[in-house]
Formats: sequence, C-alpha cells, structure tokens
Amino acid sequence: MEWEIVIGLEIHAQLATKSKIFSGASTAYGAEPNTQACAIDLGMPGVLPVLNKEAVRMAAKFGLAVGAKVSNRSLFERKNYFYPDLPKGYQISQFELPIVEGGQLEIQVEGEDARVIAITRAHLEEDAGKSLHEDFQGSTGVDLNRAGTPLLEIVSEPDLRSAKEAVAYMKKIHSLVQYLEICDGNMQEGSFRCDANVSIRPMGQEKLGTRSEIKNLNSFRFVERAINFEVERQIDVIEGGGKVVQETRLYDSDKDETRSMRSKEEAFDYRYFPDPDLLPIELDEAYIEAVRITLPELPDEKKARFMAELGLAEYEAGVLTASRELADYFEEAAKIAGGDAKRTANWVMGDLLGALNKAGKGIADSPVSAALLGGMLQRINDNTISGKIAKQVFECMWNGEGDADSVIKAKGLKQVTDSGAIEIIIDEIIANNPGQVEQYRSGKDKLFGFFVGQVMKASQGKANPAQVNELLKQKLA
Amino acid sequence: MHTKTISQLSAVLRSGEVSSVELTSLFLDRIKQHNLALNCFISITEAQALEAAAAADQRLKAGNAAPLTGVPIAHKDIFCTEGVKTTCGSKMLDNFIAPYESTCTAKFRDAGAVMLGKTNMDEFAMGSSNETSYFGAVKNPWDQGRVPGGSSGGSVSAVAARLAPAATGTDTGGSIRQPAALCGLTGLKPTYGRVSRFGMIAFASSLDQAGPVTYSAEDAALMMNVMAGFDERDSTSVAREVPDYSANLENGIEGLKIGLPKEYFGEGLDGNIARVIDAAIKEYEALGAVVKEISLPNTGLAVPTYYVVAPAECSTNLSRFDGVRFGHRCDDPQDLFDLYTRSRGEGFGLEVKRRIMIGTYVLSAGYYDAYYLKAQKIRRLISDDFRAAFEKVDVIMGPTTPSTAFKLGEKADDPVTMYLSDIYTIAVNMAGLPAASIPAGFVDGLPVGLQVIGNYFDESRLLNVAHKYQQATDWHLQVPKEFQ
Repeated sequence: MEWEIVIGLEIHAQLATKSKIFSGASTAYGAEPNTQACAIDLGMPGVLPVLNKEAVRMAAKFGLAVGAKVSNRSLFERKNYFYPDLPKGYQISQFELPIVEGGQLEIQVEGEDARVIAITRAHLEEDAGKSLHEDFQGSTGVDLNRAGTPLLEIVSEPDLRSAKEAVAYMKKIHSLVQYLEICDGNMQEGSFRCDANVSIRPMGQEKLGTRSEIKNLNSFRFVERAINFEVERQIDVIEGGGKVVQETRLYDSDKDETRSMRSKEEAFDYRYFPDPDLLPIELDEAYIEAVRITLPELPDEKKARFMAELGLAEYEAGVLTASRELADYFEEAAKIAGGDAKRTANWVMGDLLGALNKAGKGIADSPVSAALLGGMLQRINDNTISGKIAKQVFECMWNGEGDADSVIKAKGLKQVTDSGAIEIIIDEIIANNPGQVEQYRSGKDKLFGFFVGQVMKASQGKANPAQVNELLKQKLA
Repeated sequence: MHTKTISQLSAVLRSGEVSSVELTSLFLDRIKQHNLALNCFISITEAQALEAAAAADQRLKAGNAAPLTGVPIAHKDIFCTEGVKTTCGSKMLDNFIAPYESTCTAKFRDAGAVMLGKTNMDEFAMGSSNETSYFGAVKNPWDQGRVPGGSSGGSVSAVAARLAPAATGTDTGGSIRQPAALCGLTGLKPTYGRVSRFGMIAFASSLDQAGPVTYSAEDAALMMNVMAGFDERDSTSVAREVPDYSANLENGIEGLKIGLPKEYFGEGLDGNIARVIDAAIKEYEALGAVVKEISLPNTGLAVPTYYVVAPAECSTNLSRFDGVRFGHRCDDPQDLFDLYTRSRGEGFGLEVKRRIMIGTYVLSAGYYDAYYLKAQKIRRLISDDFRAAFEKVDVIMGPTTPSTAFKLGEKADDPVTMYLSDIYTIAVNMAGLPAASIPAGFVDGLPVGLQVIGNYFDESRLLNVAHKYQQATDWHLQVPKEFQ
C-alpha cells in the first residue's frame, strides 16, 4: 500500500526580549543556575505577573509577516500541571484566544514545486525551567533561569507531506523570525525548537490517521530523522496488523529512534482557564498598523528583488536570502563590488560559504567582512586582478593580511595587461614547444588550453586571461 | 489612650503628648496581656515595631510626618513582609519569610505607620470563623466563647479588643465585612483593583481585595488614603486617581437614595438583626436620606457561584506550594510524587483541601462548561443586578450577616451552613463593588453590622455615608467590657 505522510509542526521560538515575559529578570543564556530567576519566576507566594509589552509587539510582528490576523483581543490562560521545573504549578499560556490566528508560508523543497503551508495560530506563553538529572547523586536539580522566558508557539496545519517539507518549513520560520529580529534562532541554546505531529494514511484517503507527537526536536537534522523513523515505525505497525496509538514520543538522537513517553490515557488534564492575574491583551488597529510599519523586507520579497534587480537566478536568490545576515552580507559586498552581482553571488555562495563551513563559522564571525570581499571583487571587475589570483587574495584576507589592495600590493599580484609583456611570454612558450604548436595547427584544438596554462604559469597567474586568449589565438593561427 | 481612634492618635502624636515609642509600647503590652486568650496575633514584631516607632518619632520631630506616622497598626498575616514570617494561617508557610514586601504594607511602612505584628486568619483566607487557622481559633472579644468571624478574624479581634487601633484585612467573599460586623467594627472592602494585590498571598485572584479594619469611617478614610492606588506590579490594579478619602466625610446626605434589596430581608435573616437594621435605616431617614425598595434577583445564586469560582482559582493559586522551593516539605521524600502528596497533604488543612478538590473538579475536562463557565455567566448576571440598581439608588443597604457571632465549633463541621454566613457579602465580591460594614447595634450583647454597598470606585461616598451615621450614633465606639 502507498502511504501518505501527514505532519504538523508546533514550533517554539524564544522571543528576543531583554527581560522575561512576566517579570523583570534577564533572559540572557548561560548564567549560573538560578541566578536569573526573581521572586516572580520562582512563583513565590503573593507575587504577580506583569506582561512584557515587547513580547506582544514581537508576536504581532510575526503575525503580520505571515499574513495572519493579529487578534484585537487575546487572553492568557493557566495550563495546570505539577512538575519541579514549573514553579507555579501552572504555565501561563494562551488557549482559546491566541494573539495570532491564521497565516501561511510558502516552502520549497529542492527539485519540487513550491507549496503553501497554512499556519493555524501562534500564541504567547512562558517557558518552564530545566530539570538537571546529572550530577545530583540520584536527585534532580532544577534551574529556573529559563522559567518565564517568552515563547511564541507557532502551530502549523497538518499540511506537510514529508520530513523534507517539515525541515523546509521549519527553516523558513527559522529564517523569518531572525529577519523579524524577534528570535536569535540559536538551536543549541534551545531558542528555536519544535514538536512534530506525525501520522500516515493510505494515499487518497481524506480521514487523518492517528498521530503521535514527537517532543522537543532542537535541530533540523533531528526533525528529519525523527520523522522518518516515526513514519517507518507507523507503517510497520499498521502493515503488521496493529494500530497506531495516540501518544507523546521522545526522539533519542543517540539511538536514532523515537520511544513512547505517555499515551493519550496518561495525558494530563491541563484544566485551562483564564488567568485572573492578567488582563486580556487588547490591540487596536492603530497599534497593529504601527507594528506593520516596522516590518523589514521579508525573505520572499528580498528573493524576488534579488532576481529582478540583480539578475540572480532563483536558486542563488533563494540561498542568499535564506538568512537575513547572509542577505545583508551579500548586498553590502555587491554594492561595493559594483559590476555584475552574479559574480558577487558566486563568490559568497562558493568561496566564502565554503571557507566558513570548513572553519565551522557563521557569517557573523567571518574573518572576511562584506566590505573586504566587495573591495576585492571591485579589483576583479576593474581588471586589477584575475579571478584566479583573487582566490589567493581571498585567502590572504581570510588570514588577516589586510584588504585586497594591500595584499595585491604586498604580493605584487597586479594583473599584467601590457600586451607587449604578454606577447614576449607567448613567443617564448611557442618557441619552447614546437611539437605542440604543430599538433595544434594540424587541428588538435584541445591543446589551446595547454598554451593558456603555460602562459599563466609563466606569468605567475598575473596575465590578464582575456588578453592571453586573444593574443594566443593570433600567434597560433 | 488605647481606645482612641487613629485620627485622634495622629493628633496626639503631633501634639507631642505621647511619643510613638510610648504608644507602640502600650499596644505591645496590651497584646502580650491578651493575646494568649484571644489568639489574634501569629507574630508579634516587638523589636521592629519599637525601631519603627523611634524612626517615626524622629519624623514627627522633624515635622515631615504623614497622618499615620507613628500610629501602630496590625497587618493580616496574608501580606508578605520582608524579613518577617508570613504564614497565611497555614502550616504550609509556618517557616516562610518573604524576601519582598507587599505593596500594601510597604505603603504603610513608608507612611511611617508602625507594624505591631501579623494577625491570625483562616488558613489561606478560607473560612468565615477563623477556625481553620493552623495557629488555632481566634476568640471574639465580645464573647470569648464565640468566633470573631473570618477570614480576617485576627485583625478584627485585635482591633475590637483595642490591642491595635487599626488593622489591614482582606476580603474575598466577606472576610473583612463579616468579622467587622461580628466584632462591632468598621470594615471596608474597596472596589476590586483599588488596592494592589502584589505581595498579598492569593486565595481567589479575581475576588481578593485588601481593605481597612477600624473603629470609624473617619479612620477607614485615613487608611484608604495610604492603601489605595495603582501599582504597576499588579496588572489588575486600576490606574485611576486616588481621591482624598477624608475630604468628603462631612458632606450632608440629605436626599441620599438608599436601596434596600428585598432579597436581603427575607427568609434566613434573624428577626432581631432585622430590627437593628430597620432602626439604622430609620436613622438614615432622619438624616435626610430617601429609602427605596429594590431587587437584586440573582442574590440566591451568589453563594453557589462563589463556591465554583473561588475554589477554581484557589486550586491553581495554591499549586505553587509543592514542597520544592519554599514552605513545608515532608521528611525523606521517596520520589517526586511522594514529595508532592505528603508535603501538600501535611501542609494544608481540611478546608483548604476541600476547596482545592472542588476547584480542581470544576475546572476538569468535561465539567468546565457546566461549572466554571456557567459560574462566570452568572457572575455577569449578578453584576448586572447591581448595575441596574445603581441607576436608581446611590447606595444599597442591608444586614452584613444573617446572624450575630456564632459559638466556636458550632458550624465547624458543617461547611454549607458556614458558607451561608457570607450570603449578603459574597455578591459584592462577585461584582467587584466596594462595600462597608458599620456597627449598627447589638442583639443580646453581640454586635450587628449594617452593610453599605456603593457603586464602583465610590468609596468616598460610602465613607461619607458611614461617617454621618457614626456622628449620629455611638455604636462604633462601644468597647467590650474586659478591654475598656
């Protein structure tokens, strides 16, 4: 039987506010345990939550960016359950009336048609603390630094049809929240993570199959692998005559498998009800419009502009707009370089990203800044250096030897464009290789490359390649 | 000196007739003398009180004293006080010292008032007799075989016995007004949102409101001038200008329209109390007020609705008491479940557990709509009753309680009867309105309270209406024999 995979994601994006969603404590990551938890985060008796307006603004910004409805009135509710890292015994979240309703996003898996994925809702909530199970001699430690950190939970419709689509969707949201500057996107630190709802159904069937929910996936790779494992597991269960049960599962990245955490019967009754300590969030149209004005150019808009104005191909524009940092880098470099933006695109996507990848660095810590790269490309465009020599210049800049102009000067890399000088080299090469000359002249065209190589070698790569071609053709004719 | 109102004490302190240290010592001595019998204080903060009194004397000398500077008062043990134990009447918090000060007590501290100690109360403010306190029942100074009412029973008993000239209380379903009525004092529950709830341990967040317990309306105005106001740390507090509550006390009340809800004078009301209330109303008519019968048709629904809403909120408000970070923790927990169940099982008393159970039940999947949601709708109906009434009248009057103080233990095993002792006060909390209870007479030597309900944020008028009555009568100045 052919199975259709149905996936919906619940993405948790930590909002990049300075202080927590209901207290003034800092949200900075990595502090000593329990040093960034104030009386409110600790759920001390008598203390009360006060909503961080910045978190609301960020949620509204997200809603507008995905074409959703930003609610004029939304409500905080208490989600009740006991756990040591949940200080109040309830999480303040949104349930019936979320701040963002609807919305959609276009995704593209390489080699497939673009698809539109519907977003059900996005709501504000506070994060819990962390339970630390190591180093406490059989006991559990609790770190409440993260407790009260603002989260935006973005819930998709079950519109995703493969693990690859799920990853593409998650990447798209990941990019978007960073474009919007509402989340730092740091997945190692848990700032961006998701739960995946996975089910399968016979191809063509409308009714959804029973789903399982895989909790807390904090890398794109884990999302893909966990979903793939889960799909295989569900197919095995059904084809083996069994039934998929509704349950919550955990992905174990060491064993690359998911395993059951709790079944539907064991699921908590969260006893949601409106939090009487907080007033409803009321946003009027003027507020929403004021937020709309602050929206930056979004990835899809930027991509379209790169194609239309800079003449990039769809693939290039897609890669370069995948993150705002990369797009900004590219634009700055292209502006300085002048000339053909495609050349800048190739350099950024090729040499720069390659070197960064190899060094395990992100674009933000690139040793070669956009200004440096742009300056170097400018020298290619004005024929000061060739593309080949540029690779050498790039390496020097990477190693901190200064900008392109000083590297070119210090190493004497300026391109030879003096025809006379090039002709002298060519004459010498022709004189030294009579056999090859004869073969070439008798029709072995492929040998032309050999001569180009010899000339470039003799000029230490500095001869202008276009001129070399031109002059060689004349002399070998 | 110990029977003076805080208005009088304020003047005496200014005149230099006594110092705050002397006054504070006087009350501390009275507390030491009588607390064993009345059990109205959980903590007596003698050292801090004398220190604050000395500082107040400096301020009085320097001439920058506020009206309450140097005046000793008591705080209900529901307000967190930095460095001083805050128990909320529970074993759960027997060891709890907050690292922060509630907004309400901070305002009194900053005004120079001297805290004598923290008063006893029903556990987590859940009770109408002060018998649910882990620290034992409080006695009514008018008859020590009877309850003082609850949950602010300690505050009220202390003020009635003149162990403190004024106190703070909190009122979720009548917890200031009912004990004030049973002990012959003036108690005011302000409009919901008028006084900050920050640092006040929550029972039912949408109903809880702090207010003063005093001899007179004039004193209540002085207290309100300190307590009231917006607090950015309490999202439900209201950003609205605070009037000078003392300014309108003397206004005439000729033509005041008093509404008497027929539902408050029907079945269940003790006939002797009805006669006292009738006499009080007559007094108002003599002062020029006009009386009008009104109807609050949903009155009968107030108690059952309250016992859905309040337990629902308390069941989750009290989840934080889990033995993990503060409060009672059981010995040698075997695992997490054991830690939770034993810490909570040992730390909470019966009434608290009963309400947590009710609250958990009404919020459960499958029951939420039938109970909590329906209760919220009825709550709206109750508010609408009042809204309609206030289109016709300026204030609403009636008895505060259906009977005078009952005997200790009399209703302790019958929660429903106990719950019904708040029948006239609860609707006010459901609607979020302000209301006062003022002494209106006695039945068999026990005080009777007249409840005056006002429109939203109309505390000034309530206090004016109460003050005019108190100028014409002296019920509020009666002191139980033993404490004169």
